[in-house]
Amino acid sequence: MDLFLQLTLAGLAIGSIYSCVALAVVMIYQATDHFNFAQGEMAMFSTFIAWTFLGLGLPVWVAFILAVAASFVAGVIIERVVVRPVENAPVLNQIIVFIGLLVIFNNVAGWIWEFTIKPFPSLFPEDLGFKSDLIGPHHMGVIALTLAVLLLIFLFFKFTRVGLAMRAAAANPDSARLVGISVGWMLALGWGLAAAIGAVGGILVAPIVYLEPNMMSGVLLYGFAGALLGGVSSPVGAVIGGMMVGVLENWVGHPAVSGVVGFNLNELKLTFALVLIIGVLMFKPNGLFGLTVVKRV
Amino acid sequence: MALLEVKGLKAYYRQVQALHGIDFVLDEGSITTVLGANGAGKTTTLRAICQMVRTEGEIRFDGKDVSGMATEKVVQLGIAHVPEGRGTFVRQSVEENLQLGAYTRNNKAEIQADIERVYDYFPRLRERQKQQAGTLSGGEQQMLAIGRALMLRPRLMLLDEPSFGLAPLIVQEIYGIMRRIREHEGTSMLLVEQNANIALDLADHAYLLETGEVVMSGESHVIRDDENVRRSYLGY
Repeated sequence: MDLFLQLTLAGLAIGSIYSCVALAVVMIYQATDHFNFAQGEMAMFSTFIAWTFLGLGLPVWVAFILAVAASFVAGVIIERVVVRPVENAPVLNQIIVFIGLLVIFNNVAGWIWEFTIKPFPSLFPEDLGFKSDLIGPHHMGVIALTLAVLLLIFLFFKFTRVGLAMRAAAANPDSARLVGISVGWMLALGWGLAAAIGAVGGILVAPIVYLEPNMMSGVLLYGFAGALLGGVSSPVGAVIGGMMVGVLENWVGHPAVSGVVGFNLNELKLTFALVLIIGVLMFKPNGLFGLTVVKRV
Repeated sequence: MALLEVKGLKAYYRQVQALHGIDFVLDEGSITTVLGANGAGKTTTLRAICQMVRTEGEIRFDGKDVSGMATEKVVQLGIAHVPEGRGTFVRQSVEENLQLGAYTRNNKAEIQADIERVYDYFPRLRERQKQQAGTLSGGEQQMLAIGRALMLRPRLMLLDEPSFGLAPLIVQEIYGIMRRIREHEGTSMLLVEQNANIALDLADHAYLLETGEVVMSGESHVIRDDENVRRSYLGY
């Protein structure tokens, strides 16, 4: 039973990181109908920025906050400069731009910081003042911090004027313009927020997977799986989906499960994410919490 | 004085020209209707004023040429557009829709007072204030669209077929409320309709559009009483 709880809690921790990535992806999907394939690499780049701040001798929390803020600004700039010109281009062009961003961030990170893996410190102290046999301090901190961030985002969208305007701009751009909302800026703001949330995810996952330019490739895949499982039309669904994927992944990867099925599933964890993606797309394309979209033809 | 003055207005959807140089004026406080058959360019005229399509020619609102401005900037001048198909934010609540209508304004107390005022005009919206707009009936959505436009405190309202797809009784109700809005708020309106009868009843002036050109204009009662116009253009 303890083992089960340990696995579940650790899964929730890693899952809440997937939730950050899933939410970032869904926010952009809602506004543009496209998956931002570069979301993971943007988060990786943000983490390197935090690492650079750490190298300057800044405390880890200061580095965290500065990196998240810088990511927000960078997200806005990327939307304005790179994404906006292809806004009305065919779908394929937009996807190519996203993939291009992915490759550029990956290579530029490798060029600046090299491809060697680097240890990244946890935001949370080893000693939280109490101990638990079920969950380590970093994992506990990850769950608490992501829940706090997600709650803030939720409150922002639900109760602020700009949050409402962003929802309106994503749902119905024409009508949003007709009430005086600058839809373009709302999109840019969405990119900024998504980049900032991704940065939180990157900085939280780095102590677990180590920092290197490819550290987000797996995380992004799990994030996509989470977003699809929860439903790409539902931000809350994406968050829950991310957590579920984290927990499921941890269960599946445990040796006891491998023992039962007779081969090493731990090696197939990433495959599990892909199977989940394909399974959801085949059998429940709107996810668990998504709306069924009916299009008239 | 002319609140809206349109001269030689041409409008294009990509390569296709939908308006071929139309002229009209709308006086402050008046209601003007644009009539015509399907495809005559009525909706395009409204979309052109809001710069939702590419235009050539002059569109002067309160003396200021709005050609080439971003749609949201035109709206900020005080032009509220109730679009074809109502354009409600279907996943947002009725109240959120009204708040969005006041997006360009800042005074919270005034906005709250205006929401109450809209509810006074449309008591049915008050009953449904927490409901998702997508769950409203067609008539209620039209009321919400007009209410949302009022939240801008517009100097000019552009109304695109408020009668579209609604039962005659609901149409009567909505036009009755529009009449009251005009009396109480003095809002100028540019009204596009296929239902010529009811539009001519409300409006002071009328323009008849045919394939992107103005073929006739005048005071509403003159147009309504002209046998030839009625038979050739209004079809009743």
